[in-house]
Amino acid sequence: MALNIKHLLGLHNVTRNDIQLILDTATTFREILDRPIKKVPTLKGTTVVNLFYENSTRTRLSFELAEKRLSADTLNFSTSTSSTKKGETFKDTVRNIEAMKIDMIVVRHQSAGVPLYLTKISNATVINAGDGLHEHPTQALLDMYSIKEKIGKINGLRVCIVGDIAHSRVALSNIIGLKTMGAEVSVCAPPTMIPKGIEQFGIKVFHDINKATAENDVLNVLRIQLERDAGTTIPSLREYHNYFGITTDVIENNNKDVLILHPGPINRGVEITSEVADGPYQIILNQVTNGVAIRMAVLYLLGTNN
Amino acid sequence: MKLVFKNIHIINPDQNVDEINDILIDKGIIKKVGNLNKEDFESAIEYDFEDKICVPGLFDMHVHLREPGKEDTETVLTGSNSAAAGGFTGVACMPNTTPSTDSAEVVNFIKSRASNHLVDVFPIGAVSKERKGEHLAPIAEMVEAGAVGFSDDGVAVKTSSLVRNALEYLKMYDFPLIEHCEDESLANGAMNEGATSTLLGVSAIPTIAEDLTVMRDISIAEYVDGKIHIAHISSKKAVELVRKAKAEGVRITAEVTPHHFCLTDEKLVNYDTNYKMNPPLRTEEDVVAMVEGLKDGTIDCIASDHAPHSIEDKEAEFIFAPNGILGLETQLGLSISELVLKNHLTINQLIEKLSINPRKILKIPVPQIKAGEKANLTIIDMNEVWTVDIKNFKSKSKNSPFDKRLLTGKSVAVVNNQKLYMDGEFTNLS
Repeated sequence: MALNIKHLLGLHNVTRNDIQLILDTATTFREILDRPIKKVPTLKGTTVVNLFYENSTRTRLSFELAEKRLSADTLNFSTSTSSTKKGETFKDTVRNIEAMKIDMIVVRHQSAGVPLYLTKISNATVINAGDGLHEHPTQALLDMYSIKEKIGKINGLRVCIVGDIAHSRVALSNIIGLKTMGAEVSVCAPPTMIPKGIEQFGIKVFHDINKATAENDVLNVLRIQLERDAGTTIPSLREYHNYFGITTDVIENNNKDVLILHPGPINRGVEITSEVADGPYQIILNQVTNGVAIRMAVLYLLGTNN
Repeated sequence: MKLVFKNIHIINPDQNVDEINDILIDKGIIKKVGNLNKEDFESAIEYDFEDKICVPGLFDMHVHLREPGKEDTETVLTGSNSAAAGGFTGVACMPNTTPSTDSAEVVNFIKSRASNHLVDVFPIGAVSKERKGEHLAPIAEMVEAGAVGFSDDGVAVKTSSLVRNALEYLKMYDFPLIEHCEDESLANGAMNEGATSTLLGVSAIPTIAEDLTVMRDISIAEYVDGKIHIAHISSKKAVELVRKAKAEGVRITAEVTPHHFCLTDEKLVNYDTNYKMNPPLRTEEDVVAMVEGLKDGTIDCIASDHAPHSIEDKEAEFIFAPNGILGLETQLGLSISELVLKNHLTINQLIEKLSINPRKILKIPVPQIKAGEKANLTIIDMNEVWTVDIKNFKSKSKNSPFDKRLLTGKSVAVVNNQKLYMDGEFTNLS
């Protein structure tokens, strides 16, 4: 079995079969992560560049570990966009790196569209690790994998994404991926955090966290950007917490069977309380482990496709 | 040098002329229209322009010539060549140069760079010093130097009080305040806000950013009886606002670019920065509103917002790439193809919007096609089918989303200032 896609730029226009194949392949790699020797020779001789134009700790570490588990050679290029803006152009940077004979690029960038642009200016296989407010496909894949691992299915499940939907690439990838896999998707946030044109996805919009919790099987809780949101899209973090935060009360008053996901990093006491973040309803650290398996699956499937 | 244009269809709605005739031009002056005798043909170069039309030279009231400051992308000379190639004999250039065109010195500099060219270049002066929206620029001095309108284009005039003062001050000259309508606090984005921007994950600019500034300016213009011109109108609501204001007697005019009546934001699905401009491409209902506005006269003219950018600047990551596209060499073909051939405008109406109205807005005399007048003409082949090729552009830049587009209608020749431009070459007629 091989993927139809040559690059993973997002989940938009990725088929159900392709997503299923990635999830199934990840199951195999997930087992490897529990072995004493967690390394396979699958991508030996393949060189992967992690091109990170935006700060990231966990996504970059997760990709790097996945690459190493597959025995790929890895290079890390991390820079803030502001420092390159004045000097060398993005295109020149990429061409220089490619001239060193690399095979795959994992890219994170604050501008949407950069992964697609990379496919046009280089011959490398491109994996999107987050572009602007656009997509973060491996995060959505690992979220779906974690849901399936816990509940056993995605098809027919009611999944609500809670938080700043308008400024989240995690939200868009999740909405698209979950819809493709047959879930009933909704979002929950104040209207200032709901993007214009959300209706095109055919999803329900909640403004009441109690109702959202009661009417869903899964809540995927997004991180609130402390520096950006307070005072602009929401009056204060306190008010957000009081009306949209996930607390034990919210869960126990509405739906004791709900499953809580969080892509991290967590702002404890803002979008989620410590009690919930460390409690029985969540699978946050499973997501982190599964993230490595999903990234191994994506790297493997794309890296051996050509 | 003597030129005879035979069997040409002369159209000038400003003179109520619409006839097929012969024209004799000697040393850049129209000597005769019709009744040519044997003597007139002596030592004249004859062109049989059967099925071609001859109109007062086209005029683009909104271009960026990038000089001074960004001469790597365009100069007054290359921009003028681009204008001539596109069928234009006159342009008005925006003041977002470096330094800003906010003094008589810069106005004079631009005019000096434009002397001895076929194309007339009229600088637009900045409303405020350095276009910062704080202090009025020396408007009277710039008028004396030859500025024909005032704008902080690139951004809206920052405060309502400055709009008011500029409109009032400009009443001394009856030149318009040309406004780039965009509420800065709502405009932190790289494309139109809507379904497409959400799907593409790009921070977006809502149409209300434009609409609110149009509302503000209409209110102020009405209050002080000022003369306001809305640059590159792009939203349906803004067109409705201008329509209503006109009906109420506000002294307001408006222009639209070809890309805003030809393209929608769905063109951005591949993040091609050649579709990135400001105002951004809007939706289908906005495009329809632009055409309606042109048809019923709400929108007075078509202007290109010709905005040259270097390849390396445009090749940046999407959110960092600069706004704007070239327009001078595709404007006529797009207008004929999309407006005349689709029966939205008659050719006479198109000539009003591409030649007569922009000059009237800027108080520039409309060229007359009659004996004794200076020849300032554009000759158009309405039927020529051609493919846009950026490699053939006379502009110094190449940033056009219309590359490889099939168009109908093209300029065959332009005449002005005792010069002829035809087949890619200038000929002196003196």
